[in-house]
Amino acid sequence: MQSFSLKKFLDSGSLFIWLCGGALSLSLLMIGGLLTLILINGMGYFWPKDLIQLTLNDGSLVLGEWVATEVIPDSESVEHPKGKKRVQLKVGNRDLYGLDFRWVDQADIVNEEYPSDVVAFERLEWGNFYGRIKEIQESETLVASGHENGMAVLFPLLERTNGIQAQIHNIEQNEIGELNHSIEQARLQLRALELSGETGVGERVMIETKVQELEALYEIQNAALIALYEKLEQFRITVVDVGGEEKTFQFGSLVKFWLPNGMGVYEKLFMYVQSFWGVLSEEPREANTEGGIFPAIFGTVLMVVIMSIAVVPFGVLAAIYLKEYAKQGLVTRMIRIAVNNLAGVPSIVFGVFGLGFFVYAVGGTLDQLFFAEALPNPTFGTGGMLWASLTLALMTVPVVIVATEEGLSAVPREYREGSLGLGATKLEALWRVVLPCAMPGILTGLILAISRATGEVAPLMLTGVVKLAPSLPLDSFFPFLHLDRKFMHLGFHIYDVGFQSPNVEAAKPMVYVTTFILVLVVILLNMAAIMIRTRMRKRYAGSSV
Amino acid sequence: MPIISDPVLPERLSVQQREHSVSTLVVNKTSDNQKRMKDEQMEPTVNPLAGSHPKIVIQGMNFFYGSVQALTNVDMQIPANKVTAFIGPSGCGKSTLLRCLNRLNDLVDGTRIEGKILLEGHDIYHPDVDVTDLRTRIGMVFQKVNPFPKSIWQNIAFGPQLQNVRKKASLDEVVETSLKGAGLWEEVKDRLHASALGLSGGQQQRLCIARALAVNPNVLLMDEPCSALDPISTGRIEELLHILKERLTIVIVTHNMQQASRVSDLTGFFLLGELIEYADTKTIFTNPSESRTEDYITGRFG
Repeated sequence: MQSFSLKKFLDSGSLFIWLCGGALSLSLLMIGGLLTLILINGMGYFWPKDLIQLTLNDGSLVLGEWVATEVIPDSESVEHPKGKKRVQLKVGNRDLYGLDFRWVDQADIVNEEYPSDVVAFERLEWGNFYGRIKEIQESETLVASGHENGMAVLFPLLERTNGIQAQIHNIEQNEIGELNHSIEQARLQLRALELSGETGVGERVMIETKVQELEALYEIQNAALIALYEKLEQFRITVVDVGGEEKTFQFGSLVKFWLPNGMGVYEKLFMYVQSFWGVLSEEPREANTEGGIFPAIFGTVLMVVIMSIAVVPFGVLAAIYLKEYAKQGLVTRMIRIAVNNLAGVPSIVFGVFGLGFFVYAVGGTLDQLFFAEALPNPTFGTGGMLWASLTLALMTVPVVIVATEEGLSAVPREYREGSLGLGATKLEALWRVVLPCAMPGILTGLILAISRATGEVAPLMLTGVVKLAPSLPLDSFFPFLHLDRKFMHLGFHIYDVGFQSPNVEAAKPMVYVTTFILVLVVILLNMAAIMIRTRMRKRYAGSSV
Repeated sequence: MPIISDPVLPERLSVQQREHSVSTLVVNKTSDNQKRMKDEQMEPTVNPLAGSHPKIVIQGMNFFYGSVQALTNVDMQIPANKVTAFIGPSGCGKSTLLRCLNRLNDLVDGTRIEGKILLEGHDIYHPDVDVTDLRTRIGMVFQKVNPFPKSIWQNIAFGPQLQNVRKKASLDEVVETSLKGAGLWEEVKDRLHASALGLSGGQQQRLCIARALAVNPNVLLMDEPCSALDPISTGRIEELLHILKERLTIVIVTHNMQQASRVSDLTGFFLLGELIEYADTKTIFTNPSESRTEDYITGRFG
């Protein structure tokens, strides 16, 4: 048997291979760990947890979801000896207790049980309520009282009130929304007439009559709305918390209810899927800490799409000129260095530029020229979807330029010469042979651009992202795509919910969920681009078999 | 102004192209005749095949890559409907000369040319010459097989499409004629819309020949077309040259002396940018007048 020789081992290169392998595995481990952490914390949020009822040694009761158990930090007093643990519970009922969470020392716990008659209510305001049903009223009459009877009527009643709420929503969003839109349009027309200095009295009167008609219609709709609200207010439920405090709230503020301790695995799974879908499809509530994140997902995707539409032609054209037409020399070398440096400029700098140039200079001028009637309300002279997308496009254009140039260099010289030899002009050769072959490289640039743009938050904060956008940038009013509107974004949502929220503890799961969805959106957008690239590669690599 | 096409209209021209040629012919008829008469009076310095009509005349040509001179004082006449081979060691300028004939060297930055190259009496470096039009008259096949990453059909149709032939029927016809011309039709007629990159190396090179034929050139330049091919594919392409020279003037650069002796009618030997000897192939290979030619051919250097 040969003896181990250090020199031989070093010379063989095994150490180097181990180093490389180690570096790769470490990176994979970190990425895997990151994704797992987000996945567990984010996805665990939707699972309906059991409600624990704790009896403490002073006789009081605590009801809530278990959140965490930890060793009490820095406490070596007589009543808190070292190593003792405490339990964190989500007790909800913020309107009664002021806080959603409560710490309980494990030493104080006398008894622990899972009562089957406790109900969890998800409400539009004040977070969840955990407690027992006392009675349900319609107007002044008692419909049901106690747990058994209450549960029997709760669901059908909720269905009914949800129906009323759907009607209310319809009137508010569609009927009145449309009327408001028309009235606003008419107002702008009037203002435009005023600005143009014409004294077209006939036209003026016509618009004013129209406004009056619209306002009359509005009154009718408003009356219907008030009637519906009154109807909704008739249904009330009184619940009682574990300490015996009562609380009455309207059915209108109730989102859903469930019996955490009485549910089977399948019921929980069903609810899990339902809640997950709810987050994906609903609008946020309660300062974004509850409800869904649909507007943020929509805003993120739409912004990336508009950015891609802007960045690809721009970057590709610039790269083509730089690579194919410009005379190579000191100037092009300097431009290349500048482009590469541009890719390294901090994104907030682009944000400031976007605000100064796009929003104030371009947007302000557009407003003066085309939207004067709406002033002093800015139309394009304020942050919005278009400016945010263009700012990001500007930020990512160096990536596309570099990738396109590399893609163009990778096209074999024979293809150019072959097409030129057949009587193609330079443009024809470029357009018909070279550019299609460089397409995978261009798409690689786009993929990198998308990855960078999706995760970027800082420049958006200056150019159009808001905490809560009143309406999506896409709706049924002409011109359907409202690029002047402000929008919500997943990245900003994380920052807002996680660090600007009044109820940080309650918002924590939402931060993880949003993070998870953001990662998912990045992956999906990239996958789409990668799939297109693979298809292109296949087309240009040919079938060698 | 397009340079003049072959005065004898070949049958293979499509109607559209024939009309085009006729019109240019009418316009340039007198000047063309005068030019040709002038050319014939000029007594070419090197004329290995007296009596045959010269297609290309190269006069006192010098070529520079920046400050490096690649070709020195080249004078030669390339006769129509013959295969002319350029031989010589690597770096002797034979490929450079070939690429000057369709002005592909224009693309290389910092190149400069002196002297004249006349195609049918017209200087191809004249400022009025439309380079793209010139290149449709002088086709080229490259050393590295370069079918475009498109279908076989699209590869052939590429050239005609550039000349605004849009009708599918006429394109189909061109594709078929060209593939038949390159002896590839039988092998690929069932998979015209498959990727050209799926063909074998030899088939790909014949596809490139077919692609060049599709634009009806008068001259076909071949830059070591067989250097990457196996002997059987090489043989097929050599056979093809024998057939093609009936209607085309072919100039071929080759490193393979046997190939030069097999396929060419005339051979020019280049060394260090100079045309050392230019004569009919038989003379070059059996009785060269220059000792350097003999040394190269017999393998004593190079």
